[in-house]
Amino acid sequence: MPHAQSPHPLLEVTNLHKTYALPRGQKLKAVDGISLTVHRGEVLGLVGESGCGKSTLGRCLLRLLDVSSGQIKFDGQDITHLSDRALRPFRPRMQMVFQDSYASLNPRRRIDDLLADPLRVHPAPDGSTRTAPTIRARLLELMELVSLPATALDRYAHEFSGGQRQRINIARALALSPHLIVADEPVSALDVSVQAQIVNLFSDLQAQLGLTYVFVAHDLAVVRQISTRVAVMYLGAIVELGETDAVLHQPAHPYTFALMQAVPRPQIGAVRPPPLGGDIPSPVSRPAGCRFHTRCPAVQQRCREEEPALRPLTPTRSVACHFPLTT
Amino acid sequence: MPVNPTPPALDPTPLLEVRNFSVSVQSRGTVLPLVENVSFTIGAQDIVGLVGESGSGKSVTAMALMGLIDSPGVSITGSARFKGQELVGLPDRQMRRLRGREIAMIFQDPMTAFTPVYTVGWQIDEQIRTHERLSRKQARARTVELLAEMGVPDPTRMADRYPHQLSGGLRQRAMIAMALSCNPSLLIADEPTTALDVTVQAQILDLIRGLRSRYGSSVLFITHDMGVVAETCDATLVLYSGRIAETGRTEALFAQPSHPYTAALLASIPPLDGVRPARLPAIAGAPPAPQDRPPGCAFGPRCAFVHAACQTNPPPPLINTGLHHQAACLLPAEGHALPQHQPVASPLS
Repeated sequence: MPHAQSPHPLLEVTNLHKTYALPRGQKLKAVDGISLTVHRGEVLGLVGESGCGKSTLGRCLLRLLDVSSGQIKFDGQDITHLSDRALRPFRPRMQMVFQDSYASLNPRRRIDDLLADPLRVHPAPDGSTRTAPTIRARLLELMELVSLPATALDRYAHEFSGGQRQRINIARALALSPHLIVADEPVSALDVSVQAQIVNLFSDLQAQLGLTYVFVAHDLAVVRQISTRVAVMYLGAIVELGETDAVLHQPAHPYTFALMQAVPRPQIGAVRPPPLGGDIPSPVSRPAGCRFHTRCPAVQQRCREEEPALRPLTPTRSVACHFPLTT
Repeated sequence: MPVNPTPPALDPTPLLEVRNFSVSVQSRGTVLPLVENVSFTIGAQDIVGLVGESGSGKSVTAMALMGLIDSPGVSITGSARFKGQELVGLPDRQMRRLRGREIAMIFQDPMTAFTPVYTVGWQIDEQIRTHERLSRKQARARTVELLAEMGVPDPTRMADRYPHQLSGGLRQRAMIAMALSCNPSLLIADEPTTALDVTVQAQILDLIRGLRSRYGSSVLFITHDMGVVAETCDATLVLYSGRIAETGRTEALFAQPSHPYTAALLASIPPLDGVRPARLPAIAGAPPAPQDRPPGCAFGPRCAFVHAACQTNPPPPLINTGLHHQAACLLPAEGHALPQHQPVASPLS
């Protein structure tokens, strides 16, 4: 299905909040005022450490979670508060791939049956219900797209390796020819030798089908490999956003810098400076002022008092820091 | 307990000498070899990396060395001499005396390694009092001191916390403190940083590297992360499907891998620095399960250099490819070297 040219960006998020109420009146701000735009045909990498809210944000984008406040526009249309029924026409255009390839597939149903689900639930683009032969033909196409043999359709999830199961999950996400795929840590449960295959598959499919990805991962090397732009998250907020190699190799935010420094390189003689001290604070009681100030090696008085907003540094680059490392 | 005679060695008895170590299980009447003929040596204050993908047998090797596998149907053969004492077949009673005192282990998930119903301090005290005659008070003083040395802030109060009240990084520090409480000569660390975030991982790696100078401990470091190995280990063993594919000093192994698996594995890791390749050089297929191991070299079906001789039993033996550097591959013996590995540009300074 060719994408209709539209004047709107594919996804536009404004001041998004997702807050969970905890006992004793405490609040966990998983997503704390995020604004971002996802352009057609790009891969936006969302990186950050555990608890930074990257997965929650990914799920909010597809309305798999209800948001607390803010706005999400998909292709120019506000989907923030649409009911499940009203969201239905949007569903074929936005899909998700999860980390746990096994938990994502019902072990008691055959792969052809699983993959046919979306095709049975959603009508064809002309409004008609798909017939069994059309569905079968589409399933064979999907198997070819993800480089699995057609015989895979007659088998069950447990008969496949982790990498193959992730291919099946990708095939299911592609069934309805979506425009946007949110992939939440899709390769982090895979072995290194298999991980590269799946990363390549994501790249190939994107080029072949003109897809747009939001790629959520904690592995900076994987994110760098696949992303056009990256957003670095810390404690529920984006601290830096821009083109991949600019952000990773000339970081403006001290946190991005520390993250890049901390990753062990598979090569000899890579000397690493002393690591960042301390732990990530709990999102329930996040520090006042800059959320990173408790661990920042360059912290100053202003950082403890005043929260820096995400502001443009260059036309393609934003940072939330009073004292950015590059200008 | 002196055991005679000491194994023939050039240098004084190494701390741990493992020879032809194999672990197999009986399954439906057939014997499945999980780990086959693994040999390695750990010297004093050495950090040795055991690296491989899931199912390669790295954890099974460690558990078997520690005498922690006692399921019926499992057979452990070969030899593992710790300070000259044979560990294979050692009675439980004697093993218990070594375990915790001489050889300690830390695990990937400190949440499940601690019991949730006692405080962290209580559990470390107990470990100390099991092996040494100390009063509760003396043990607690040692515990607090250890926690402080492991970089736990406010150790007196932290000792009174339950495991779930600590962050992942602090729990891992507490577990390392417990493992070091009796000054073991050998620490087995099984994926100790895998569950941690990178910035916290960097702290724990620094801590583990510092152990040898501060405590004189040697470390057997099990991981799947080639980056962690490169940064942490003096020597590296690469396991593939239960067998050693390659072993050598870490610098040599990373600079010039001798086994196609090591080379392909390194190449398939997306680079963080330098040029970003359009596609990653991936290895096709997946590692075989023990029951599906092909004849000959287990990596054969995925290898770019496979030929007929690779696919006949027995699997290729380890061949010297350099000083302290060995690979279980026919190519070096046949006079074909692997294409030169292209190291990526150095990281940002």
